[in-house]
Amino acid sequence: MPQLDFATFPAQLVWLLISFVILYVVMSKVGLPQVDRAIAARRDRIEGDLEKAQQMKAETEAVIAAYEKALAEARASAQQTLKETTDRLNAEAAERQRAATLKLDKETEAAEGRITEAKMAALANLRSVAVEVARAAAQKLTGGAVDETRLGTAVDAVLKERA
Amino acid sequence: MATENPLHQFEIARIVPLKIGNVDVSFTNSSLFMLISVFLIIALVVLSTRKASLVPGRWQSMAELSYEFVAKLITENAGQDGLKYFPFIFSIFMFILVGNFIGLVPYSFTFTSHIVVTFAMAAVVFVGVTAIGIARHGFHFLTLFVPHGVPKALLLLLVPIEVLSYFIRPFTLSIRLFANMMAGHMILVIFASFVVPLGIAGAGIAGLLPLLVDVGLFLLEVLVAALQAYVFAILTCLYLRDALYLH
Repeated sequence: MPQLDFATFPAQLVWLLISFVILYVVMSKVGLPQVDRAIAARRDRIEGDLEKAQQMKAETEAVIAAYEKALAEARASAQQTLKETTDRLNAEAAERQRAATLKLDKETEAAEGRITEAKMAALANLRSVAVEVARAAAQKLTGGAVDETRLGTAVDAVLKERA
Repeated sequence: MATENPLHQFEIARIVPLKIGNVDVSFTNSSLFMLISVFLIIALVVLSTRKASLVPGRWQSMAELSYEFVAKLITENAGQDGLKYFPFIFSIFMFILVGNFIGLVPYSFTFTSHIVVTFAMAAVVFVGVTAIGIARHGFHFLTLFVPHGVPKALLLLLVPIEVLSYFIRPFTLSIRLFANMMAGHMILVIFASFVVPLGIAGAGIAGLLPLLVDVGLFLLEVLVAALQAYVFAILTCLYLRDALYLH
């Protein structure tokens, strides 16, 4: 069995040592650090990209929030303007109505005054007409002159009674 | 019928005779395949990542996969502290793996099928791990041989067993690898040597049978080649864990 040929042992051991030392030195000094750098570079790149994406997402969210805030503000200010305008218009309408009512009241009052006046005038006319009618009636009945004073008193009394 | 001697493939052949004093240190077929393995590994790991790209190509992918495979093997079996010995474990794993693989190429030589080579590697692991344990824990390292929570009387029996199982490690580690490689390669040659005689005797048809068996065995040997390198590396990690954390 060649494996038990002791004469070959030193040669195998020496070359094993040489080979393995070369391998170990190259791996530990060059090969493995190089692989490590390649893997680390990729990991850093991926982490960097993820971070950037996260940052961009946050920025987008901030922009959306700002937009929504502006929208809400605009809506609120529109609401405010609408309310103010409505209030102002309502106040104006109320004012105009009040003025109109006042004017109407005044006109009504004035008209009533005129009506009373007319009524008074009419009533005054009524007395003179009544006195005439009474005089004529008394003359027809009595055939003579009529005491003007008594006539006036009688007409006044009847008028007062009817008023 | 002259069948090939299945042991012939393990013979050491001098390529460049060398002598230091009285000792023969010739450059042999074994030395040649050791150096081929070393240069293949260096080519894979160093050249493929020389101009490393962000999106790895095939070779860079393979180098990174080996790197991460061994790194994971160590952190899972020897803990974070084991990563200090990453270059050594990576080198020994790749050396055995590539040595096993190129040994499967017909007419090549499998240096891992020689007990002296596997034993030298196992001895380095054993001595190194023991040295790490003693450097880290001093005299306390001996508690590795005392199992926890065992009655005192049983310790009389268990401590010698623990000591024995500790010192038997370099032998089991080296014989497992050497025996697997040697047996596999011998069986391949034995079945191969049946192909031609049986083909002549059975009008060609009968020769197909050992050929098909050999194809199956070869696939099995590819698996064994990778598995034995893995087993060697994982056991090294487990021994290292014992030295680092004492159970």
